[in-house]
Amino acid sequence: MRNLRAIYIIWYRDLLRFWRDRARLVASFAQPFLFLVIIGTGLSAGMMLLGGESGYSYIQFMFPGIIGMVVFFTAIMGGVSIVWDREFGFLKEVLVAPISRTAVAIGKALGGATIACVQGAVMLVFVPFVGVSISVAQVFLLIPLMFVFAFSMTSLGILIASRIKTMESFQVVMQLLLFPLFFLSPALFPTDRLPSWLGVPVRLNPVSYGVDSLRQSVLAPSEGMPALGITVFGHTMSIAEDVAVLVVFGAVMASLAVWSFRNQE
Amino acid sequence: MKKIIEVDHLVKRFGPLVAVDGISFEVQEGEIFGFLGPNGAGKTTTINILCTLTKPTSGTARLNGFDVTRQQNQVRQSLGLVFQDPSLDIRLTALQNLRFHAFVYSVPRSVVKQRIEEVLRMVELWDRRHEEVRVYSGGMRRRLEIARGLLHHPRVLFLDEPTLGLDPQTRNHIWSYILELRERENITIFLTTHYMDEAEVADRIAIIDYGKIVALDTADALKREVGGDVITLRTLDDDRAMEEIHQRHGIDAKQDREGFYFEVADGEQFIPSLVSTLSTEIRSVSMRRPTLEDVFLKLTGREIRDEAGGEAVMKRQWTMRQAGGRGGRFR
Repeated sequence: MRNLRAIYIIWYRDLLRFWRDRARLVASFAQPFLFLVIIGTGLSAGMMLLGGESGYSYIQFMFPGIIGMVVFFTAIMGGVSIVWDREFGFLKEVLVAPISRTAVAIGKALGGATIACVQGAVMLVFVPFVGVSISVAQVFLLIPLMFVFAFSMTSLGILIASRIKTMESFQVVMQLLLFPLFFLSPALFPTDRLPSWLGVPVRLNPVSYGVDSLRQSVLAPSEGMPALGITVFGHTMSIAEDVAVLVVFGAVMASLAVWSFRNQE
Repeated sequence: MKKIIEVDHLVKRFGPLVAVDGISFEVQEGEIFGFLGPNGAGKTTTINILCTLTKPTSGTARLNGFDVTRQQNQVRQSLGLVFQDPSLDIRLTALQNLRFHAFVYSVPRSVVKQRIEEVLRMVELWDRRHEEVRVYSGGMRRRLEIARGLLHHPRVLFLDEPTLGLDPQTRNHIWSYILELRERENITIFLTTHYMDEAEVADRIAIIDYGKIVALDTADALKREVGGDVITLRTLDDDRAMEEIHQRHGIDAKQDREGFYFEVADGEQFIPSLVSTLSTEIRSVSMRRPTLEDVFLKLTGREIRDEAGGEAVMKRQWTMRQAGGRGGRFR
């Protein structure tokens, strides 16, 4: 009971901060907007449709990748915000409180995941402009998918944050981790014709499965459309299999995050 | 009286460095207990152990009857903390910060509202409760932290350098709250400081240096230990003057930055005879009653705020940071 209360209040505080900081919500449009409008439009114009006559334009293809990008970045930052809490001192208030650190870490993971979901869902306002249509049923499928993806990434963020002590090393980690993970995912390109030096890391990257599950649910493949899923050892992943990968990865990350968070001083 | 804090042979090592070196002491309920020492002496490390943030290498500590390593949650519930560095969520309002605290410390829902109003009125922030802490001044933030530390009615309030970096007016203000509070709540206050005048407030003072308690008594008793009045003299020829004082009065004077100083039992009587007998010209003479500063100087051979000169202290702090990453302060 006490632990549930603790999880709730940590989660609630993250949401409260998010809600109070509405500027962030507006600013969070800028990057995906640039990606979609400039890169999306530019490459759409220069490329043929993926999968032949009835296939997807590049902007349609990349749109779920951009949702994935927003969810991924927001989720990781949600976990890593612990570094800020440490820097501004608030973490001490939390660590000295009579609540378990496990509860704190879980509350934080849920908070980061919730915010990432909201941010991802907000991206759906671009739907009419990129030429995809999404049914209500798809939205209801998309949200839990985003949540699973976000939860595993926030946990990764917490794991990193409980080991970084300064803002400087935080910058380094972000450069060395965040962008490679993003670029090594199918967010911006299809994976079926990659050379193996690129194809292998893409398939090892958990972010790939998050992005893939979002893409498959947004661009629900119908008759005549090319299959989108990542192929691993000749097997094309379904949404459920993507989710399974993320759940396993998320469970491992969350356990490590809790363990690491508990053992910091 | 009940013993509220019991510390027994407490040791904390950060790698090769011994930050806390086998200290033992007890604090009675309702007491103001002062922990006095230079930066890096081990004050904050001791507090961090007492409030469960740092695990001791060996030894035991009990707070309100609970063991700090085995009964962490009970210990945490029993104490309030005002840290050296701010620990508020500056993006939230004062009210939101307090609500968070009340929730985390399981303050009964029926009294939360009333308690929050009470503590905010006490620190005179009630009218500004809806403002983000970001816009608060340093003094206001500290007051809010004190209010927060009291919200769950702790048995012990830890104040780690509570007025560090604040202007004198704010310092006085904060102190009047703390003293009023003790009157009202019979709360025990554990104070660390390197301001001498602040330490004077304490019922008993432990002087800590290099991780060891070198003295523990009331301020008056500590001062009596130093001896009499301290006379500081500047002359044209300090060496000759010191020599003459040694020969005539059998007193060994010590050199300091401005001149030299020594102790006598009754300074007011001593000065006239000194002035009339000294062969070298006196440029200035001053006398003061012993202060805690003198007590510290006598016990450790160093001045407490001698940070620039205290190379050993600086080196020690540096080593602490390297070794523990968070010896001096919690990170």
